[in-house]
Amino acid sequence: MPNEIVFLLCATITLAGAIAAMTLRNLVHCALCAAGAFAGLAALYLQLNAEFAGFAQLLVYVGAIAILIVFTVLLTRGADIQPGASSASPAPWMGVLVGALVFAGLVWAILASPNLLRLPPPAAQAPVKKIGEQLMSQYIMPLETIGLLLTAALLGAVVIALREPAKTETPAR
Amino acid sequence: MKGLDQIFITIGHLIAGWFPASVRPLVLAVLAIACIMPVFGLCFALTTIVERKVLGRMQNRYGPNRVGIWGLLQPMADGLKMLTKEDIVPFSADKTLHFLAPLVLTVPVWLAFAVLPFGRGMSAINLDSAILFFFAVGSASELAVFMAGWSSQNKYSLVGAMRAIAQMISYEVPLVLSTVPVLMLAGSLSLNDIVAAQGTYTYAGLARWNAFTPWGLAGLLLFLIAATAESNRSPFDLPEGESEIIAGFLTEYSGFKYALFFLGEYLGLFAMTGLAVTLYLGGWHAPFKWLEWIPSWLWFGAKFGALIFLFIWVRATLPRLRLDQLLNFAWRFLVPLSLINLLAGAVWYWTGVWNFPAAVLVRWALSAALVAFPYHWLGQALRGPLPPPRTYSYAE
Repeated sequence: MPNEIVFLLCATITLAGAIAAMTLRNLVHCALCAAGAFAGLAALYLQLNAEFAGFAQLLVYVGAIAILIVFTVLLTRGADIQPGASSASPAPWMGVLVGALVFAGLVWAILASPNLLRLPPPAAQAPVKKIGEQLMSQYIMPLETIGLLLTAALLGAVVIALREPAKTETPAR
Repeated sequence: MKGLDQIFITIGHLIAGWFPASVRPLVLAVLAIACIMPVFGLCFALTTIVERKVLGRMQNRYGPNRVGIWGLLQPMADGLKMLTKEDIVPFSADKTLHFLAPLVLTVPVWLAFAVLPFGRGMSAINLDSAILFFFAVGSASELAVFMAGWSSQNKYSLVGAMRAIAQMISYEVPLVLSTVPVLMLAGSLSLNDIVAAQGTYTYAGLARWNAFTPWGLAGLLLFLIAATAESNRSPFDLPEGESEIIAGFLTEYSGFKYALFFLGEYLGLFAMTGLAVTLYLGGWHAPFKWLEWIPSWLWFGAKFGALIFLFIWVRATLPRLRLDQLLNFAWRFLVPLSLINLLAGAVWYWTGVWNFPAAVLVRWALSAALVAFPYHWLGQALRGPLPPPRTYSYAE
């Protein structure tokens, strides 16, 4: 019973944050509500005994992505939307349709999965040590590939942000 | 002495014994919270008065000495003043966020204390990935600073918040990187395992603390520098640089909300200090084998107090940095050094199997050289060439 209450609490926080992030008018409020939804999702992971995923979710999404979103909002168009503008898209039914299709596809995939037939494993938790060993042995190639990709992205960002070298020719006097 | 060492755990289990077995874990958890919150709350009060008195002495004045004996009741007077002050919210402020920001800063910081081992078997929860938890709960503070700065609708507040976030993001990289060699050598993310790995003794009964190895000493220094910056303390306190931007993101805060921000900042510093003690200074272990009879929580407290004093000392000594110096220092000096320190830790790990005569000395020299030479070269390269000697035209 306490498990269900905790799940309902976390789910409510996540859903409320996500809905608020889509419907609020002020973009900064939206970004902060999205951060709340990320935190709720992390709590759900923790409730599933996925310690590593939960803490990583908090570190990466609340600590970095939310800040990134907030900075992007402030640096691009400003946080204030004109009072006349509507936050809803011109064709909301399109979004509903896409959402329903994605949901149906996910449900179909989960129901068709053979994992459902199997009994749940007795200890459904992954110790961090085991995750590390797996990452360093079986999944070393994906890990290295992601590392390379991120380094390339980082270098690209630095190149874009580099100040243009000053023009060498002296202006005509 | 064993009884004194375990006294808090004994009392805790005694109290938990009064309750039915099904709620005992809950009672123990509540007891741990009921110990941590007052102890570190009082620690905050004590640190404010000690800091003011020590700063005063270092600047050749007395510091507060009017309220109570030696001015010891000054924090109570300050707290009362803060509580009774008028809470001013600017007319154009975003009221909800303005109210929430101090809470979002202060509440998660308390969580970080849950995983710190304060003594033998004295950590509130023993998490498998404790250090990940520690940094994860700390990640909310950047959002809180942004909320405070943006919701105040004040240019100084926003500039201060932007400075603070840039600083916190920059220094989080060396902060986390400097802890990685410790985790690598201990082979665990659990703080209890890390303390246990430092619990053996070597020649002459000297403990095997991480700070007594070349990479550990460099890691401790890097960690302390990054922790100073993370908690916005002098010489990295330019988010609150009063000469340029009034009080940064705190400009529009008064009364108890202001006090909450200060509480959150100091608690963050305490948590970082506790982590530094745990990772590098052997946690609750004694430095020598013949000093083990002193209770473990006293050792933790002593190391904790010494590091806090060091932070106060640094504040009294160094002038404030400029923003470009601050960011350059993080990205061009601390981050490369902490990466190199990772290599020094790895060399220490792989040379641990050597057992020819004088292997210890070679190991030491190798690991120390890996840290010391890059430090010297990087420092020289970043400083640039020295200016030529000054020539005086008319003053000879």
